[in-house]
Amino acid sequence: MQNEFFNHKLNVTRRHFLGKAAVGLGTLGLGSLLMPNLFKGDENTDELPLGLPHFAPKAKRVIYLFQNGAPSQLETFDYKPMLTKMMGQDLPASIRNGQRLTGMTSNQTKFPLMGSFFDFKQYGQSGAWVSDLFPNMAKIVDDLCIIKTMNTDAINHDPALTFLQTGAQVGNRPSMGAWMSYGLGSENKNLPAFCVLLSRGRGNGQGVYSKLWTNGFLDSTHQGVVFSSGEDPILYLNDPEGTDKDSRRRMLDKLAELNHLGFEENGDPEVQSKVQQYEMAYRMQTAVPELTDLSKEPDHIIKMYGPECLVPGTYAANALLARKLSESGVRFVQLYHQGWDQHGNLPNEMPLQAQDVDRASAALITDLKQRGLLDETLVIWGGEFGRTNYCQGTFTKDNYGRDHHPRAYSIWMAGGGVKPGIVYGETDEFGYNIVRDPVHIHDFHATVMYLMGLNHEQLTYKHLGRRYRLTDVAGKVVTGLMA
Amino acid sequence: MKSVVLKTKTLFYLLLASVSLASIVWNCIPSSAETGAIPDEVDYNFHIRPILSDRCFKCHGPDVNKQEAGLRLDTPEGAFAALKDNPKAHAIVAGNLEESEVYQRIIAKDTAILMPPPSSNLKLTKYEIELIGKWIKQGAKYKPHWAFIPPQKPKLPEADKDWVKNEIDHFIYAKMEEKGLEPNEEADKERLLKRVSLDLIGLPPSVEMQERFLNDNSPNAYERVVDELLKNKHFGEKMAISWLDVARYADSHGYQDDGLRTMWPWRDWVIHAFNSNYSYSKFLTWQLAGDLLPNPNKEMLLATGFNRNHKITQEGGVIDEEYRIEYVTDRTNTFGKAFLALTFECAHCHDHKYDPISQKDYYRTFAFFNQVPEKGLFGTIDASFADPPNMKITTEDVKSILKFINKKDTSNVTVMVMKDSSKVRPTYVLNRGNYDSHGERVGVGIPKAIMPFDTNKLDKNRLGLAKWMLDARNPLTARVYVNRLWASFFGRGIVKTLGDFGMQGELPTHPELLDWLAVDFRENGWNIKRLVKQIVMSATYRQSSAITENHLKTDPENIFLARSSRLRFPAENIRDHVLASSGLLNDEVGGPSVKPYQPKGLWEVATSGRGTLARYVQDHESDLYRRGMYVFIKRTVPPPSMLIFDASNRDQCEVQRSRTNTPLQALVMMNDPQTMEAARVLAENLMIENTPLETKLENAFRRIICRKPKDKELAILTQYFDSERTFFAKNAKKADKMLGIGEYKRKDVKDKNATAALMQTIQMIFNMEEAIVRG
Repeated sequence: MQNEFFNHKLNVTRRHFLGKAAVGLGTLGLGSLLMPNLFKGDENTDELPLGLPHFAPKAKRVIYLFQNGAPSQLETFDYKPMLTKMMGQDLPASIRNGQRLTGMTSNQTKFPLMGSFFDFKQYGQSGAWVSDLFPNMAKIVDDLCIIKTMNTDAINHDPALTFLQTGAQVGNRPSMGAWMSYGLGSENKNLPAFCVLLSRGRGNGQGVYSKLWTNGFLDSTHQGVVFSSGEDPILYLNDPEGTDKDSRRRMLDKLAELNHLGFEENGDPEVQSKVQQYEMAYRMQTAVPELTDLSKEPDHIIKMYGPECLVPGTYAANALLARKLSESGVRFVQLYHQGWDQHGNLPNEMPLQAQDVDRASAALITDLKQRGLLDETLVIWGGEFGRTNYCQGTFTKDNYGRDHHPRAYSIWMAGGGVKPGIVYGETDEFGYNIVRDPVHIHDFHATVMYLMGLNHEQLTYKHLGRRYRLTDVAGKVVTGLMA
Repeated sequence: MKSVVLKTKTLFYLLLASVSLASIVWNCIPSSAETGAIPDEVDYNFHIRPILSDRCFKCHGPDVNKQEAGLRLDTPEGAFAALKDNPKAHAIVAGNLEESEVYQRIIAKDTAILMPPPSSNLKLTKYEIELIGKWIKQGAKYKPHWAFIPPQKPKLPEADKDWVKNEIDHFIYAKMEEKGLEPNEEADKERLLKRVSLDLIGLPPSVEMQERFLNDNSPNAYERVVDELLKNKHFGEKMAISWLDVARYADSHGYQDDGLRTMWPWRDWVIHAFNSNYSYSKFLTWQLAGDLLPNPNKEMLLATGFNRNHKITQEGGVIDEEYRIEYVTDRTNTFGKAFLALTFECAHCHDHKYDPISQKDYYRTFAFFNQVPEKGLFGTIDASFADPPNMKITTEDVKSILKFINKKDTSNVTVMVMKDSSKVRPTYVLNRGNYDSHGERVGVGIPKAIMPFDTNKLDKNRLGLAKWMLDARNPLTARVYVNRLWASFFGRGIVKTLGDFGMQGELPTHPELLDWLAVDFRENGWNIKRLVKQIVMSATYRQSSAITENHLKTDPENIFLARSSRLRFPAENIRDHVLASSGLLNDEVGGPSVKPYQPKGLWEVATSGRGTLARYVQDHESDLYRRGMYVFIKRTVPPPSMLIFDASNRDQCEVQRSRTNTPLQALVMMNDPQTMEAARVLAENLMIENTPLETKLENAFRRIICRKPKDKELAILTQYFDSERTFFAKNAKKADKMLGIGEYKRKDVKDKNATAALMQTIQMIFNMEEAIVRG
């Protein structure tokens, strides 16, 4: 009788864990350990084996180096000598072809074409063009898959960022990382599946906002957890002054006794779940500081990422931390580096921004590679849209700026399942329109999900009557950039 | 019946251990909706529509542009008509499975003709196929959607006279009996008091109140408490919290630069409205259309701020019209969700896939909200804390008509309000929802299936809309509100999907009760306090929450309410509880939002650097101890401890919060300096009392857990206190450091080590599962 009851409780607790998704599911991603009620809200889960990929994944983890503010493709990877040749001439109407403009240039009567202030050279076996601003990335160009034909629907930062992160320009939808956490869980029981790292450069900045790493309508266990460079790497992680690990342990033991007495009276399985959560929190308190301590990294690693990586909160430090988190099994590490919004003063600001990210981004690829992790880690570098090929405002020989441009821009991907050493897609001579192989944001999402072993049409969540997807109702997997 | 308990501690820990194993084989308890015997009489509304809607309507439903093969299955006309491709055949032939193409397709082995097609990733279970088959055999009778039929007051079912306390209990009892369940006994007085106090004012009962209630043996002791709480000034605050989620209230504009806005006087009005027991009809009318009432006063105008709480962009360079349309869209979607529990937003770009809301209908409703003389971009960061149309609130106003506003100084405060332009702005269907892609021009209207909007009788503006909402024939208004209120007391709505009463929403578990409550609510003047009292006075509400073996077998989710649900407090009330039980709470009502302790750098690292909210400037003294609902909400960086406990980020209208249990919550409760400070202040106050230790521990326990500790519990507390005192005796510096947490002035205590030990003990009580759960 008692045994039967015992089993019964166990079942109910598991039901809390899994809801309907449990049907026929044998194993379960470790993510559910950190998040015991991962699948709560049982009316919402379709009967998919959550916690497992849909098919063999090419990559297990993602590191997304987000360049926030939108770096110009024309000063990074999309080399357009024509713009230098036609410097100052008006953008032909046939090329603009009805493109809507932001309020910042819509009143301009002229759209003077503007070539890059910085030279380009070809590198590697692939012969890809890279601007002089990125000497380190240039060196590893044969590991990169440069996509020159990203395109988006939005022309302003907030909607464009939101679109890129959540698949919709407005609305409170889950972020990419939250979808991965929901679909695949975590590989590490002491760490969240989705971690966020923030840094800021010296260029004109656009803020970031928590909606970018929101769980949306998914359970809040899928929310991105921000790691900060302050004293607490995770909010409220450190024991308060005057306590230490031993005294915390004493409290948790007594607390469990008290909760046990409560459970005897109310019989609520949630009580057990709560005790579990406290134990996990306790483990995180040890695991996380060990992980975020970069001071013990060997010299050659410090050299590789650059001395800045020892300054907490810099892009370099975050890149190194991203490697450590990823190596420890964090499913999705999202960096944001602010400062890429060069409406003016581009020739002065872009070198500073490039200085922040060039060495560490390249180091991350090299570091993952030497650890044998690049094959199973997908690294993405890029912003939310491109920039215009014409100057915003008046230009002088050594100063100009570029407005937002949604029709074509460049990013790169590397590692997990991506074809290395290729340049995918082509833009016209003006760097304005795509002439071959466009990659829309929805396609990009479908592709990243595919690489992670997820079918973007199958990973759905039913919310208020509708099955939502990261790719909304569109998206094609871009097979051309797969290894 | 007392709950069956596990006898040994070993079992408890064994249970914990096994729970954490990743792969265990188990027998899953199937949900009743999926299996069980096929009912004798298959009902379209309760059995068939949920299946057809979920698996078929996306391609064969109300969206006229997506009716594959020209077939729609959401109407009998569509289902019984000759097929477009094969006029001799019919999708459904009543009573005939062989000739019903639908049935043949859902049982097909050939995947080329199988429905739903494998590419849709949708499937029908065997049980569902059997249900559909039986329904067709029984004549395939369609019925209108339950939520669109105006509610009628049903007769009260028979119930145990000794148990029932009011009408609610008749319905609950009848359903319980049907399911073979028996109600729990009434909760003990201490737990009942904690429950009703938390539910009505969001604060714990003081020890004095606990004593008074325990000693009051009169038959109406409980009712007296209820009446007292309903009159309490904090009642309005508690009721307001979920309405602020619905109204997406925040203290910043949202979007990237995210400047300050000053809508808090509107928030003060919401509290005032609940405290003054404004009828729901007045509450709704003033918010939807206060400005359109004859000779509106400033209070009526203030109420219309509801429709201006949406986010507003301050990003230089945006296209004005794109964002103006965005705001009107937000208002339209919010209207649909908040008042009608329908997913209007699904018809923004195309006809609704499941519900009878065409895209044209959507823009007709949109037209009501499209008349505001406003701009998409009024100005960049800090150009305005309240974009026009707006209203200035002066000290004079606060002395006269707006007495409830907690304005702290003599400066004026400006709030955004609603206004219609004198000239009607034309409204067009926007193709694919694009702001610059005008389709057909439309006038105001509402989807007919809900209830026609008679433009001959009703004003063609928001006031007409409010009147339409309150018409006795409106099938949704009362049901939706009653259901949402019900959920706040039972943790689950009679319709579980609080925001979706459409085809894809859940069916009501107690449809007669829902209708009875809805009609009763409307017939009694939409009286909110009366409805609240009805609920908390019921025997259903007053049951004990102890979970028995039979509960877990028959009703693990507590759908049938044979017990009270144990519910964790909402995020704001967790903070309130810590502050109130420690004696730190500043219980002032209303006023500008406050900035209590927050981990360093959160705003700074995410900001663009522009505007007055680029840096977090923490408040001090009594402003540190305000209730959770007054914590400043900067939309791009909402208060972290609130989000961790599932609060809304106020990005858009939200009617239902999730209730999770995570390690991050454990970290907040253990390490947030606010909790530590509260523990410290309470410890100091108890230490300077001339009482034995046991009394101090018992007092702390009663303040936080709201009941007397059992001997075993007191023993654990004492043991822990002793171990900590020994620890601090060896680590006196640590004791001093701990007692330095928080800005609240330290008390001069004699024995610092004992005080620190008591502080730790109190901190442990705060972390007990029961502390922030109302059982």
